[in-house]
Amino acid sequence: MASTATLRKPASGFRISRKMLPYVLSLPALLVCIGILIPFFTAVIYSFQRYRLSQPWARQFNWGENYLNFVTDPAFWNTLKVSLLYAGITVTLELLLGLGIALLLQRRSTINNFISIMLLLPLMIAPALAALMWKLMTNPSFGILSYLASLIGLHDFRWASSPDTALLTVVLVDIWVYTPFIMILLLAGLRSLPTQPFEAAALDGVPRSFVFFRITLPMLTPYILTATLFRLLDSIQQFDIIYAMTQGGPGNTLTVFQVEAYLNFFQSTNVGRSAALLIILWAITYTLSNVFIKNWLRLRERARGEA
Amino acid sequence: MDTMSPVERVLRALALTLVVVFFMFPIFWIFLMSFQTNETILSIPPSIVFSPTLSNYAALITGKLQTAAGTLDIAFMRNLGNSIFLSVTSVAVALVLGVPAAYAFARHKFKGSEDIAFTLLSFRFAPPLLVLLPLTQYFQWLGLSNTYFGLIWVYQLICLPLILWIVRGYFEDISADVEYAYRIAGHSWFATFRKIALPLAGPGIAAAGLLAFIFAWNNFVFALVLASADKQPVTVGALAFITSSGIQYGQIASAIVLSVTPTLALALYAQRYLVEGLSLGAVKG
Repeated sequence: MASTATLRKPASGFRISRKMLPYVLSLPALLVCIGILIPFFTAVIYSFQRYRLSQPWARQFNWGENYLNFVTDPAFWNTLKVSLLYAGITVTLELLLGLGIALLLQRRSTINNFISIMLLLPLMIAPALAALMWKLMTNPSFGILSYLASLIGLHDFRWASSPDTALLTVVLVDIWVYTPFIMILLLAGLRSLPTQPFEAAALDGVPRSFVFFRITLPMLTPYILTATLFRLLDSIQQFDIIYAMTQGGPGNTLTVFQVEAYLNFFQSTNVGRSAALLIILWAITYTLSNVFIKNWLRLRERARGEA
Repeated sequence: MDTMSPVERVLRALALTLVVVFFMFPIFWIFLMSFQTNETILSIPPSIVFSPTLSNYAALITGKLQTAAGTLDIAFMRNLGNSIFLSVTSVAVALVLGVPAAYAFARHKFKGSEDIAFTLLSFRFAPPLLVLLPLTQYFQWLGLSNTYFGLIWVYQLICLPLILWIVRGYFEDISADVEYAYRIAGHSWFATFRKIALPLAGPGIAAAGLLAFIFAWNNFVFALVLASADKQPVTVGALAFITSSGIQYGQIASAIVLSVTPTLALALYAQRYLVEGLSLGAVKG
């Protein structure tokens, strides 16, 4: 008797009310994420403390001192400069290259589709491993790129081990890995544009530069914005490529935010400064991501509305 | 567009060739290098004509590296095993937690649902070290340092938002009317979810799972901070391997080839889902 009662479908005693259902469904995912919010608040507290792992007894609140110290700290300004420079250069070059390649591949054909699939491959390689690949290729004693550089007269071109060219080298790796990301996003955008304006322009014999700047670019703008913000958010936080390639060196040439914070934490064991650096980076990315999410939702709604 | 001058045709072909060479050459070159002995690699000028050897792969698989100084133990296969275990388990956990949540977000506009969804999404864009560095201390207190359990939990930071947002989009695309019809026929919400919603969103769930796997596999910083040598995946292991093996360039190249093959194979298999997944559905339509 009892067993038949529990087998019947809407088991009356253990029924989740319709109102509670969504909360019950999303609760496990939320719990996992709350576990992540706790360390976040801990980091905020660290950033207001004088806290060195080597002197745990001297740990105490110093309120804004970690942040105030940044104003007169040349290392901090270097971090800010290198991070912005890295993000600015990579995103600009990747955008131009990605747009160019997307335009080249715009027309659907077997060869173009094949190439666009091939170009996805660098994006699928772990950035840290991509950095190692380029490290092998730029090795001074046998690297193919060092050899090619010597062929065009650049003897003893040191790539990532010289402060003059280290930024250039990691930017090159970043471009290799992430240009395909912008390319596929813009290619998807280009191929989804309505054809009528282009047909009308072709009928009227409008010059192609005019078509590109007055029709293609404006219609592609939401895609370009999405791709740019997506990349900007990742690029300003770049860690894998730079750490795997040079550990932030030579010297402090490439100590971008996350690399500097990592080195502060594990090498100089200055937890307070490390946390303050990361909070500043978080503030930058949070602002950017709010702009991004708004823009993205608008695009998403539009895509849904038209579909 | 259809009226391309011959000059333009040639220029386009030339530009495309340069693009393909730039993006394909590193993969091609490292692949070749993995079949070369150190002597071939170090010879100048570099040549693509050489007698290939499998000795690099043999050394990695047997874990014994013969050097002039003696035999060196390498644990690279263990890194490969860690990568497989961590990625597969993390994706499985993320699917179990994420798919019901994605369904809830797609079907029920409940109080705070948008806020929660945004908070989850914002993890995708927060600096990972901000969470990882304090977490090293919590993990020490909780005894989770250098455990698979701890790592899989942290890997949810990558996998869960990805699955939640992609799968949510797929659920939203399914007309709710089909589900109402099934429910009116007297079936419970769970039966509806299992028999109607899940199969219809199946391809989306599979795509999200594959992408989450690629992202988990390619992650570097989580394990760098939270795992010691015996739990490290290939991304961290390969870097340590370079430091420890000194000048065994052929083995380094073959280690890289083994490490990137799974993601490249999956990418080729699932390429049509990649655009949507990578942009979290941002360019749907």
